[in-house]
Amino acid sequence: MNALDVSRWQFGITTVYHFIFVPLTIGLAPLVAIMQTVWVATGNTAWYRMTKFFGKIFLINFAIGVATGIVQEFQFGMNWSEYSRFVGDVFGAPLAMEGLVAFFLESTFIGLWIFGWTRLPKLLHLAAIWIVAIAVNLSAFFIITANSFMQHPVGTRYNPETKRAELANIWELFGNNTGIAAFWHAVTAAFLVAGTFVAAVCAWWMVRSKDAPEARTMYRPGTILGCWVVMVASAGLVATGDVQGKLMFHQQPMKMAAAESLCHTEFEPNFSILSVGTHNNCDSITHVIEVPYVLPFLAKGQFTDVTLQGAKDLQVQYEQQFGPGWYIPNLFVTYWAFRAMIGLMAIPMLFALAALWLTRRGRVTGNRWFARAAVWTIPTPFLAAIAGWVFTEMGRQPWAVHPNPDGDPMIRLTVGQGVSTHGPALVWVSLVSFTLVYAVLAVIWFYLVRRYVTAGPQEHDAEPTAAKPPSDDDLAPLSFAY
Amino acid sequence: MGLQDFWFLTVAVLFLGFFVLEGFDFGVGMLMGPLGRRSAESDGTTAAPALEANRRAVLNTIGPVWDGNEVWLITAGGAMFAAFPHWYATVFSTLYLPLLAILLAMIARIVAIEWRGKIDDPQWRHWCDIGIAVGSWLPAFLWGVAFANLVRGLPIGPDKNVVGLSITDVLNPYTLLGGLATCSLFLFHGSVFIALKTGGAVRRNAIAAAGRLGIPATVLVAAFGLWTQLAHGNASTWPVVVVAVAAQLTATALARNGSREGWAFLCTTVVVAAVVVLLFASLYPNLVPSTLDPAYSLTIHNASSSHYTLTVLTWAALICTPVVLGYQAWTYWVFRKRIWAESIPPPIGLSHRRSH
Repeated sequence: MNALDVSRWQFGITTVYHFIFVPLTIGLAPLVAIMQTVWVATGNTAWYRMTKFFGKIFLINFAIGVATGIVQEFQFGMNWSEYSRFVGDVFGAPLAMEGLVAFFLESTFIGLWIFGWTRLPKLLHLAAIWIVAIAVNLSAFFIITANSFMQHPVGTRYNPETKRAELANIWELFGNNTGIAAFWHAVTAAFLVAGTFVAAVCAWWMVRSKDAPEARTMYRPGTILGCWVVMVASAGLVATGDVQGKLMFHQQPMKMAAAESLCHTEFEPNFSILSVGTHNNCDSITHVIEVPYVLPFLAKGQFTDVTLQGAKDLQVQYEQQFGPGWYIPNLFVTYWAFRAMIGLMAIPMLFALAALWLTRRGRVTGNRWFARAAVWTIPTPFLAAIAGWVFTEMGRQPWAVHPNPDGDPMIRLTVGQGVSTHGPALVWVSLVSFTLVYAVLAVIWFYLVRRYVTAGPQEHDAEPTAAKPPSDDDLAPLSFAY
Repeated sequence: MGLQDFWFLTVAVLFLGFFVLEGFDFGVGMLMGPLGRRSAESDGTTAAPALEANRRAVLNTIGPVWDGNEVWLITAGGAMFAAFPHWYATVFSTLYLPLLAILLAMIARIVAIEWRGKIDDPQWRHWCDIGIAVGSWLPAFLWGVAFANLVRGLPIGPDKNVVGLSITDVLNPYTLLGGLATCSLFLFHGSVFIALKTGGAVRRNAIAAAGRLGIPATVLVAAFGLWTQLAHGNASTWPVVVVAVAAQLTATALARNGSREGWAFLCTTVVVAAVVVLLFASLYPNLVPSTLDPAYSLTIHNASSSHYTLTVLTWAALICTPVVLGYQAWTYWVFRKRIWAESIPPPIGLSHRRSH
């Protein structure tokens, strides 16, 4: 492998790792905030215990999300320095603002929330977790704005003197239709992840403690909260995904063709659910199961009269437009990641429907199969979210910045043009280091989350302590310490 | 002052904030082990719970704030990228291995601090303590190396990329001295911070540690400061060197005197700030001088973003920075109380295995 391949593997691996933890952080922060709000508003201790229970898991997860996030910012300079030179004038601004606006908020107020249980008045402490919840979602907005510039560059012009992309209008950059759609899609995906997590963990505990009062006072309400988040998030994902499909049809036809492994331009093509063949040779593919009307609707919102361009025809067209090169992404990965995303997303939805049915009108359930299903549902939205990113990023290849069909055609860059001029050996060192360290950390993260989930809400969490200002007594025990 | 000058200043201020704040965080991480042990011993015990309470007292001085302190680095990196893309691209791709080491160390430190108390087990804590120590020592040293490198210059060619980088371009007596200077300075700064933030045996031992660390830190910082001044400085940076050395001597005297931690901390803060000012003022108007040909140097003019981008960033910075400073300062006010080993609550982590 050359330095480009190694760098791409490194970026892919570190990003996928990072995005195991990020959606749980983004979705769980508001859910913990809601739990704490219910406790503050009603004084119901069950919600206090849930806040603490999920709060601890949130913090375990938050730490590794932050740790793997710093790498992301550094990598653009370390491994993609030519990309950074070309787009820095545009791409750097949302990154800097992410730090200035979102990271400062979340990291400062998370400290206040962790250590402030008895130092801050109740409402101020509640505000701290809400600020964290808003800040993590704000950071999603900034980073997805940056990413969407790579998918669909807007608000930018090419400066022939400096030979780079330069920002022309920051509001156009923030208002990028691809960015707005991707932001809501990613945020609803994060809510799907966290909603599933809360629903499944509470459902598992409800079954385990069927005859204890907690099943009714704590785990049933927790399950229902999680399930409704899943239902709303699923609807949101379908709606935002639909918007994205229509944008992609126009903005990135090659990605659309790759999503279908469609070789040749077709009029009113069918959506294939299952196909066999060597995908990267799209001519060899046999479609096994196909559904009509879906694709035209996905692309243009109509059931008929839509022509979908094929990868090979687009390749010919791009060669004329952008010069010699290979413009077809990895069809196998793109095709299957797209289907994995949709298929895996359906599982939490079905689980939520089942859970809402089993808990209808005050019921609690002790069904062990249901508890088992709950546990197996937890990873599916994580995998769906990752599959979604793999689809959208791999489908953009070979572009780092995909040309905008309605914009300045000079604003484009392939990954090959963007990579730093390192030898492969150097990048191997970092690829291996990151992969090993991340693998170890992922194992520890999994162990910790599992340990805290299976331990359940703790006894020492049962009694909320009254908020009081720092006393003059120096030796008064701290309410929390590392 | 042009926008480029303003953003050079802003990046300098962000790194200044990072080194002042994260400087004592690193110091706390480096001192947590030895200071915890000494404090317990000075109370006449080496029992595990006493050792642990003292270690935790040290760690909790930065408990609520270290995460926010680290964001100064992330924002500084983002500001470099946004305001001077060529600076960011050249430096980050050239100092690849030092930055990789810093990243791995910081990852270890973040998860070790957050996860340490999650499992109540001596072996678990031991591994986390190693993570915190490595994650503090390594960056404390390597940031000095990295910044000395910037001031000394890199073999930058005509296309703003480094050509033919050899190991001695990165590791040489000057940059290694830079690493030792920041490392010893952060140790000293951290010990004074712990003395300011704790009570009881931990405080007494932190004061003693500060007394011992003051003179070596003074020697290393003064040597690095003078070398920087003589090799790369200019007339305007002499006062900075003088301020740094004077503040460092005052801090050392106060530390050895064993009182007035607040003033001592103010002094070490001034030293860290003065070192950062010295480094950036020596660079200006360069960002990275080229060791091949001064004409190839990255400057605030040839490496910067466009006027429009800098204007947008300026607005963002002017609106956000006062707010950030306000709530970060407020956090320090909320957690202003001194921490005693005696006030550390019992561990609330779960046992290693499920017990029932």
